[in-house]
Amino acid sequence: MNSMIKWVDDRFPLMKMWNEHLAEYYAPKNFNFWYFFGSLALLVLVIQIVSGIFLTMHYKPDGQLAFASVEYIMRDVPYGWLIRYIHSTGATAFFIVVYLHMLRGLMYGSYKQPRELIWLFGMFIYLALMAEAFMGYLLPWGQMSYWGAQVIISLFGAIPVIGDDLTLWIRGDFVIGDATLNRFFALHVIALPLVLIFLIVAHILALHEVGSNNPDGVEIKKNKDANGIPLDGIPFHPYYTVKDIVGVVVFLFFFSVVVFYFPEGGGYFLEHANFIASDPLKTPEHIAPVWYFTPFYAILRAVPDKLLGVGAMFAAIGLLFFMPWIDRCKVESVRYRSSIYKINLTVFIISFVVLGWLAMQPATPTLTLLSQVFSFLYFGFFVVLFITSKNEATKPVPDRVTS
Amino acid sequence: MKKLITLFMVAVMVMPVAANAAGGGAKLLDAPIDMSDKESLRRGAKAFADYCYSCHAASFMRFNRIAKDLEMSEDEVREMMIHTRGKKGDPTKIGELMRVSMTDDYAKEIFGTKVPDLSLTARARGADWVYTYLRSFYADPYRPTGFNNTVFPDVGMPHVLWSLQGIQEPVYETVTHGDHEVEQMTGFRMAQEGTLSSTEYDVFLGDLTAFMVYLAEPAQLQRSSLGWKVLLFLVVFFVFAYALKKEYWKDVH
Repeated sequence: MNSMIKWVDDRFPLMKMWNEHLAEYYAPKNFNFWYFFGSLALLVLVIQIVSGIFLTMHYKPDGQLAFASVEYIMRDVPYGWLIRYIHSTGATAFFIVVYLHMLRGLMYGSYKQPRELIWLFGMFIYLALMAEAFMGYLLPWGQMSYWGAQVIISLFGAIPVIGDDLTLWIRGDFVIGDATLNRFFALHVIALPLVLIFLIVAHILALHEVGSNNPDGVEIKKNKDANGIPLDGIPFHPYYTVKDIVGVVVFLFFFSVVVFYFPEGGGYFLEHANFIASDPLKTPEHIAPVWYFTPFYAILRAVPDKLLGVGAMFAAIGLLFFMPWIDRCKVESVRYRSSIYKINLTVFIISFVVLGWLAMQPATPTLTLLSQVFSFLYFGFFVVLFITSKNEATKPVPDRVTS
Repeated sequence: MKKLITLFMVAVMVMPVAANAAGGGAKLLDAPIDMSDKESLRRGAKAFADYCYSCHAASFMRFNRIAKDLEMSEDEVREMMIHTRGKKGDPTKIGELMRVSMTDDYAKEIFGTKVPDLSLTARARGADWVYTYLRSFYADPYRPTGFNNTVFPDVGMPHVLWSLQGIQEPVYETVTHGDHEVEQMTGFRMAQEGTLSSTEYDVFLGDLTAFMVYLAEPAQLQRSSLGWKVLLFLVVFFVFAYALKKEYWKDVH
């Protein structure tokens, strides 16, 4: 065994990589519940890739055949229903895990110096993930696939001068059709997964370069022992590998409950209207995007002007990229920050959730007004943060991590 | 921080409740279905074969899948459902999809519209919709079929179950809305009894609805039987994973 490893090591940095990223990567010992979601996101990625490979073996990206091929998978392919539900539940799980992972970053200031690039790579992952999910949702070729894509692509038409040509270029046709389905399939199964994997590698490399943050926001590299090992650090392997396995099992439990008992997620994970084959001549009464896009869709609908609405929607995502520079407070963790920040973050989370709910409701005047209020609060988070964070009344940060 | 988490949890839990409260529309009845009752599903399959399958296809479904899932012999299913022949004149095979011979053009000529495929109807519209729809036909002399429907107004489908249900007539009452009076349909009155009593008809529709729910997702019968085994495995695995973590973390202080 050892001579084999040596043989490889003389030709490839196997043990070097193993040590750098696992056995001798020192992570703070005080990770809490919120630190499970990074490794879980990686797990979901693997689940999606593997289940996706099996789906592509039976799926037909053809306007005439796509819908029926999905039902063929559901009925005639052995365990096809399981593969399909794993993949559809995986999409929802991916976003739940990623949203919690991002919230963790916001709570503990994990985007702050020197971790700005980790945050930026992460935001690009989130962007790529949204594109991946959006294109994947067209593939079942049901009514919601079709009309959801119709609504989202038409947003690009709001851009002045090039809008119409741009939507035509995206669709490859004057309406969503076979050409659109084919290119979305190509992007969904090849292009975007490659982009995602590249970004995830960059995200992890950047993390391992500067080291993990922790719930106290204390830099563990400041206190090292004689061997240069952080006093509050423990090797990722075996400590966090065995801990993450526990997280994985708990995650898989909830994941399986959905896959086996609530695959439709009450119409939120698989929308009811998507069990009707796409029909370009019949617009569904109520077009709602899948839950993970809804907060941004609510912001879009809240603005009466289409172009400004599209701008607001992209700004809602775009502002998150600038978190490392909007938040000027030196203290990282919410534990030692002012109540202004705590309230501000709470309002932000509530706005995000409420906006998500609002977008799934038909637009009535009251609900539109509510969307406007909560959109205002959503953007207010960044404004208040920028103003208050410069001279924030923070609490003293301990020298060492608290357990 | 704890407060923040609590608030978040509350917001998430309140969401579905509020969503239900906001959803209005036609009032649907609760469909009396029990998916674990194979006997009911078999009766539903018979009802589907006798009353639906002559016009409606279920073209994602295969005959022999029904035999397997509902624990019937292939001959029983053949006897019950297959009355067609292929192009060469040989009887339709048991492994084939449940298609019908009616063409869209012919259907448009007779009903004014295509006849929808029923493979996924219960999934797209919900069991309660199917059940309530089939219960809500009423006599309407202004419709070409002589019937209208409260769940699906001006539907093209005739009331094929009228001989079983009987003929319902609408009951109107005058309701005052502000300063004007409106005639409003408040319910049905049985004008002509059918061959089934109203309780028997509800059971019949329950069976039929259950079969259509099965038809929309045949895998659901396997789903629940495989699911608990997976969950049980994960619970056992958790015990070991947790013990392993405890053991390793003993020396972390």
